[in-house]
Amino acid sequence: MSERRTPAAATAARPPATDDGEAGTRRDRAGSTGPGRRSRPRLRPGWFQDYGVYAAIVLVLVVALVTTPGFVSLGGLRTQLIQVVPVLVVSLGMALVIGTEGIDLSVGSVMAVSAAVLPLYLGYGAVGGLLAVVVVGVVTGSVAGSLVAFVRVQPIVATLALLVGLRGLATVVGGGRQTQIINPTVLQLGRGEVLGVPYVVVVAAVLVVVVALVVQRTTFGRQLVAIGGNRTASRLAGLPVRRVLVTVYVVSGVLAAVAGLLATARLGASTPNTLGELLELSAITAVVIGGTPLSGGRVRVLGTVAGALLVQLITALLISNDLSYATAQMVQAGIIVAAVWIQLGRRRAS
Amino acid sequence: MSAATTTATAGTGTRRGRTAGRFAEVAQRRGSVVVLVLVVVVASVVFDDFASLRNAENIAVQSSFLAVIALGMTFVIITGGIDLSVGSVFALGGVVTAWASQYGTLAALGVPLALCGGIGLVNGLLVTRVRMAPFIVTLASLLFARGLLLALSDGGQTTYLVPDGTALTVLGRGSVLGLPWPVVVVVGLYALGALVLQRTGYGQTVLAVGGGEDASRLMGLAVDRTKLLAYTSSGLLAGFAGTMSTARSGAGVTIVGVGLELTAISAVVIGGTLLTGGAGSTGGTLAGVVLLGVIANIINQVGSLDSSYQLVVNGAFLVAVVVVQTLLARRQSP
Repeated sequence: MSERRTPAAATAARPPATDDGEAGTRRDRAGSTGPGRRSRPRLRPGWFQDYGVYAAIVLVLVVALVTTPGFVSLGGLRTQLIQVVPVLVVSLGMALVIGTEGIDLSVGSVMAVSAAVLPLYLGYGAVGGLLAVVVVGVVTGSVAGSLVAFVRVQPIVATLALLVGLRGLATVVGGGRQTQIINPTVLQLGRGEVLGVPYVVVVAAVLVVVVALVVQRTTFGRQLVAIGGNRTASRLAGLPVRRVLVTVYVVSGVLAAVAGLLATARLGASTPNTLGELLELSAITAVVIGGTPLSGGRVRVLGTVAGALLVQLITALLISNDLSYATAQMVQAGIIVAAVWIQLGRRRAS
Repeated sequence: MSAATTTATAGTGTRRGRTAGRFAEVAQRRGSVVVLVLVVVVASVVFDDFASLRNAENIAVQSSFLAVIALGMTFVIITGGIDLSVGSVFALGGVVTAWASQYGTLAALGVPLALCGGIGLVNGLLVTRVRMAPFIVTLASLLFARGLLLALSDGGQTTYLVPDGTALTVLGRGSVLGLPWPVVVVVGLYALGALVLQRTGYGQTVLAVGGGEDASRLMGLAVDRTKLLAYTSSGLLAGFAGTMSTARSGAGVTIVGVGLELTAISAVVIGGTLLTGGAGSTGGTLAGVVLLGVIANIINQVGSLDSSYQLVVNGAFLVAVVVVQTLLARRQSP
């Protein structure tokens, strides 16, 4: 259960400001009663927002089982797992950023820059390429984070500007072309597998576990959620607000850059012109569907994983039923609106 | 044309504070015009082909579609919102225009307006009635409009052509008194926009809502209706820009408009409209649009530069302007 929330998000009445920042670091298990909350005999309010995504996945799988033969099979699901990896990895960073009441719209372009830079440094071997990718993530993330934390630009504006600029940069660096990847290690990362599980899925799984542990078990995770719950209170309580914010955007940048590496390795080619376009939207959808509210103060890592899977399954199911990609896009638009609507219900109920 | 701003004047402080405040306000409002003049002067000196009537017309026509989109965006941003769907709606408007042009000019003008206005209306309803965050609503409709567009054109396979000799072609390629129609339309729309923003109750409400939504609500202003109208007109204008583009090119091109929302936002912000809402001007937006058009033109003149540099410049400009705005705003209200 990778969940953490501040009392600000969990309780009806906001506790006094100073209490809030302090309590943000306290553990608050799902299903337990938060401080100052009466226990109710009925289902805990908000259970649908929290666990609806798992029910939806089961529902989609059942529908697929009935309507689309061959979809729910080991091979079929394996394909879905591989395809969801880039969105999933990006969503992990996005979940952290949204947890701080921010947003990172630059992730798709960061993926593209990472894909553009990768072939340039593969001359120094796979390690050189990996280092270059990580540096791309760190640099772009620090720029976004500094704009948000120090200049105090709204996150949506700062990352929007980066979205524009970095896409251009990716095209310039990549020369507007697609570049074949010939480095055997990178190709192996994209196509190889261990015990029948593709490497990319293994990498994604490791990242999920690491991020979940960071959110749940580290001081940084607690500070992040506290800042999202109430930034002023967190600052007054002495939390290193700016440092945490910059770190969160750097983490998001690095994860996006790694997602760019994974997608490129999988494709066997670097396509900086198009890679990651509109991916920020899929990532935000996954995070919101998974039960992390856009208002911050709460991060659900497993929910995010489920959210990414759900969007992937629905899209794939539509396409394998001969509906066009266009229809799938329109359906995804509907899903986003519905998901945000459902998550809004939480705030209103409280 | 660009006098409408409610930025708090720092008039209460010392003389030095007042001067600084006034400087900040001028930089905010007229900065885009100053930069535009500088860029034009430098470009005229450096490039032989830049300062010609022909090139000026070229820039004006190229910028006209963005100008129409940015006008709607200005109103939305002043209310404190954002409309990320305009790029897709623009492309959708263009394709629908080309498709409907087989049923006559009236259909070619009316159908895209109805459809794109409808999308804007839904955006507005979701923002005002359901209280969703504008960026997520309009991101969703970005996706929706793009999907609808692909569905209409069989995944981009079918390109609808505008029949020759219709009145629509005149809108795109004709000229009146030596001025191309797209430019005339833009001038007309911006005059109207400036009038609405500065001289009507609606315009004042737009500024008030952006300045303080709760306060406006308590004052009894029709906050929801104001925002609804802003999003609807943004959809309408984006669709109409699509119609203009199709009228010019003669075909409904499906791949246009990707990322156009970001260029539009850049233009609006460079023009001095605060992304936090509450202050801005249509004249500034027009200067921002022309500035971006001139920069694109210069990048073309250099020749050796990839056109993707345009995006880099846009992004850098956007960051610079936003940082300056944020710092100025902080100085004004310490």
